[in-house]
Amino acid sequence: MAKKSNSSELKVSKIKEGTVIDHVDAGMALIVLEMLGITGREGTVATLSMNVVSKKTGRKDIVKIENRFLEYTEINQIALISPNATINEIKNFTVVKKFDVQLPEVIVGFPKCINPRCITNAREPQVQTYYVKSVDPLKIRCKYCNTNMDKNDVVKQLTKYSGITK
Amino acid sequence: MSRKSFLGKSIVSIKDLTREDLDIIFEEADKMEQIIKSNKKPLDGKILAALFMEPSTRTRLSFEAAMHHLGGSVITVSDPKSSSAVKGESLSDTIRTVENYCDIIAIRHPLEGSARLAAEFSRVPILNGGSGAEEHPTQALLDLYTLLKELKTVEGKSIAMVGDLKYGRTIHSLAYILSKYNAVKLYFVSPPSLRIKAEIKNDLKEAGIEFHEVESLSEVIPLVDAIYMTRIQKERFPQEAEYEKVKDAYVLTKELLTFAKGPIPVLHPLPRVNEISYDVDDTKHAVYFKQMYNGVLVRMALLNLILGGEVK
Repeated sequence: MAKKSNSSELKVSKIKEGTVIDHVDAGMALIVLEMLGITGREGTVATLSMNVVSKKTGRKDIVKIENRFLEYTEINQIALISPNATINEIKNFTVVKKFDVQLPEVIVGFPKCINPRCITNAREPQVQTYYVKSVDPLKIRCKYCNTNMDKNDVVKQLTKYSGITK
Repeated sequence: MSRKSFLGKSIVSIKDLTREDLDIIFEEADKMEQIIKSNKKPLDGKILAALFMEPSTRTRLSFEAAMHHLGGSVITVSDPKSSSAVKGESLSDTIRTVENYCDIIAIRHPLEGSARLAAEFSRVPILNGGSGAEEHPTQALLDLYTLLKELKTVEGKSIAMVGDLKYGRTIHSLAYILSKYNAVKLYFVSPPSLRIKAEIKNDLKEAGIEFHEVESLSEVIPLVDAIYMTRIQKERFPQEAEYEKVKDAYVLTKELLTFAKGPIPVLHPLPRVNEISYDVDDTKHAVYFKQMYNGVLVRMALLNLILGGEVK
């Protein structure tokens, strides 16, 4: 007997090879795409679901990207703006790896410090480094100037990043 | 931690120092007066580079005097315009050059976090002499050393910090360093526009420090064991009328101090403008010039500990 369709249940086709980022914070899917440098113009096949019903968090976004596997630094960046996200790596229609994103205690190389007087914004070879003070709500502290940054400070930089919102 | 653990160590932030570290530094500072009076030269042959990329009088002279007292020598960049930073050299390159000329570097730089970056690149220890509006650890050390000398202990004491609490880096560093001691009560006295930053208040709350924010200096004077005055910086006010309203609220006079518990010490990082009237200078309250002398002792202690000078 065919399973009865539930109107609130999500219907998205499976992907053969690539990454499914599930439990993205509701409304953050486009930012996740921007962060990964996916504009669509490069030909990436990606499917977004936004504000769908989630048992865990009420509402969530889902991002499916075909033929793309995420780097460690990219996963850390997703953790910054969506700490509950899970990453599913798909090969031949099967989930071969599934894990929760996790912010390390120290984040290196991203984002830019919001303090214009911080030495990391000068022309120095040193990269940005932050201590994670709190994951949800996000609070990170610059190792150099001690400035605190929250999720909004990170998101603002991401949307400026690729210029899509211009 | 022991005396030996300071060998080769950089002093970048007050937050890097433990309570035990502070005890070692102050114990060493107590011995430095003897060095000044004697002909001992524990740092003979050692060179301090004073790299001041932002104007400074007291801090630089005090570091230099400290090194001279210890028998070492000093090379200095005192005018930022004469440094290669003007030619566009990065701080990391400057540090990797200067480290070849000296055994230790005292640095002041306008950008925040500069001393930490310098310490990461340098082969020789770095002493932070002020990095932007963020940190000034040797000032905080000499402030605390002065308080300890005057009050014997700061535990259980109430201390008023008065003036520009928002931008004054000496206030931030001193509040942090005091949070390492038990039962210190702080009174932050400032106009609403110059209140201490929320980030620092959060850190103090986490450290379990009791503090109160007030606007009236005269109300606080009878309650405290020490007063730390700072200059209200006119240039920080968006409107001059705002400045005019508060500038005289924080003038500490001999008459106001008659309401104090007793001969409570009054400190000031200097320079002062009019926030402490001259009639206080001759009273027992005035320790701000003694504070400058203590600054030399504390900086001597740091140099001697870090460069491994013998003290017998």
